[in-house]
Amino acid sequence: MSVAVQEGTAVKQRRRGAFAERATTIARYLGRNRSLLVGLAFLLILFLFVVIGRMIVDTSEANPLSVGSLDPPSRDLPFGSDKQGRNLFAVLVVGTPLTFRLGLIAGAIGLTVGAVVGFIAGYYGGIVDDILKVIVDVGLTIPGLLILIIIAMNTQAGLTVNQMTFSIAVLAWLYPARIVRSQVLTLKQRGYVQIARLSGMSGRKVIVRELLPNLFPYLVAALVASVSAAVLAAIGLEMLGLGPFEAPTLGMTLYWVNYNAAIINGWWWWWAPPIFIIAILFTGLFLTAVGLDELANPRLRNRV
Amino acid sequence: MPLSYLAKRLGMFLLVVWLAGTVNFFLPRLGNGDPVRQKLLQQAALGGNVQSGMDDMIAEYDRKFGLDQPLWDQYVNYVGDMLRFDFNYSIANYPAQVIDIIGDALPWTLGLLLTTTIISWLLGGLLGAFMGWPRAPKFLQFLMPPLLSLNAIPFFLLGLVLIYVFAFVLRWFPLSGGFTIGTFPEYSWSFAWNVVHHSILPAMAIILVSIGGWALTMRSMMVTTNGEDYVTYADAKGLKDRTIFVHYSIRNVLLPQTTALALVLGQLITGTVLVEVIFSYPGIGTTLYNGIRGSDFYLVQGIVFFLILSIALATLILDLIYPLLDPRITYQKA
Repeated sequence: MSVAVQEGTAVKQRRRGAFAERATTIARYLGRNRSLLVGLAFLLILFLFVVIGRMIVDTSEANPLSVGSLDPPSRDLPFGSDKQGRNLFAVLVVGTPLTFRLGLIAGAIGLTVGAVVGFIAGYYGGIVDDILKVIVDVGLTIPGLLILIIIAMNTQAGLTVNQMTFSIAVLAWLYPARIVRSQVLTLKQRGYVQIARLSGMSGRKVIVRELLPNLFPYLVAALVASVSAAVLAAIGLEMLGLGPFEAPTLGMTLYWVNYNAAIINGWWWWWAPPIFIIAILFTGLFLTAVGLDELANPRLRNRV
Repeated sequence: MPLSYLAKRLGMFLLVVWLAGTVNFFLPRLGNGDPVRQKLLQQAALGGNVQSGMDDMIAEYDRKFGLDQPLWDQYVNYVGDMLRFDFNYSIANYPAQVIDIIGDALPWTLGLLLTTTIISWLLGGLLGAFMGWPRAPKFLQFLMPPLLSLNAIPFFLLGLVLIYVFAFVLRWFPLSGGFTIGTFPEYSWSFAWNVVHHSILPAMAIILVSIGGWALTMRSMMVTTNGEDYVTYADAKGLKDRTIFVHYSIRNVLLPQTTALALVLGQLITGTVLVEVIFSYPGIGTTLYNGIRGSDFYLVQGIVFFLILSIALATLILDLIYPLLDPRITYQKA
């Protein structure tokens, strides 16, 4: 209900054309929704790190043998270098957006497909719903990582980043499908949806005009969760040695850390920054998702 | 309802297992990977000899592994083998059987997984229950943000930090492995302590991360339950706080917490696999990692199937326990 109210006020302000006023409304809302504020701030920090980093470092130094081996941090190499002679600052500047892009594409594909499946199954019900429900239940029992391992084991040259993205996307639709379906099932009983259906609106129109706008905040929250899950799957795959060996993603950086036993050799500069960035990324995504959940469902307010 | 509940759960279990087996069988055959040739080429590259007669050897191995038969026969054989837990021979460690390798690693993983899951589920649940209780000490509220932030990161990420702090810098715990190299597994107190000492860090990585999640769900459900009329009524009629806490609030929240356990089971297992990898803990995860590095096709396939089977089985068990906790769903004595 209050989602609709918030949208209503947003529309009114747009009519007034007071951009500043809208900005203060958003700022005031973020002040109340701490999770969203902190989550977005974390993601912004990563964004700034990458943007500024790209300006001051030569990204080609993310390749092996471009600088000395195992140099500790210095003026030239603020994050030092790894055993194969990559400039670790360049690696992180290149790897962070690479990993995030992977998560974003896989998450977006997963959400889109999942939402379509969820809307169809939830709205039309019947045999389609039964079949899809079983598929989703079975699929969710099996951890995606295990299927990905089998896929990756069978690509001889190892997966490229794009192949990995696509493989993850293939499995990423199951969870969004489940939650969208359950939301549609409850929304379908609401009065305004009933009236729309009784007045002869086609199923597709009801979904697009009535259900979709009301589920929008849920979908955004689900997207963030899907991105996070996709990144997690990618890093897991990479840690197991099934990632793209030539790409300097965050997960591959950690793979090399583990492979070369960097921790017990005391090469702290090699593992500390990627761990920190991954932690910031996951925490940022998690808090953003929690904050968006709260936006979608104000009853959860002050939960965290 | 009760019988159909049972049948539904059992059907679900069988479906998951069948699907896992089928996917496990067909996915590898979609690609044009030839594990035998790969392995032999790798051996040849290492040894520098046996170049001649390679094709004969491949044919011989294909015959031995049954790779020369039609796909359908292979599939039927495969399903039959799976049902008998015959996961074939390990390619890298021929003539060791995959199931024996899994059997050696299983106790380690099972021990780590069971203890950490039980501890974090109970401890996290209890913590969350107190946080959602209006009369609980206030300091508990401050525990939430750090626990929640930890909950967002993967197990192994915290594991890496723990190795550095507690094993490398402070030297309180061993760096890796399941027991000190040179000692032999035996039934003695000193060996038992050795094993526990090695497992504390991996266990901490899992517990510290997952505890926040359990606390969060428990807390929010506690808050909901405490707002219910029957709790207010119990309070009004003068029941002791403790009685309300245990018999009214926790009793009701137990149900969704158990459901949640069934839902995250898969994540817990894959998370544990990765923790084992970074600690070189001698369980299924490390075995899987070694199998991947040695392109040991059957070993990886066997482990993946075995893990999915375990998850399906554990889910089934939780589903069957559920009616015991929830009197609204009851078994029919059939």
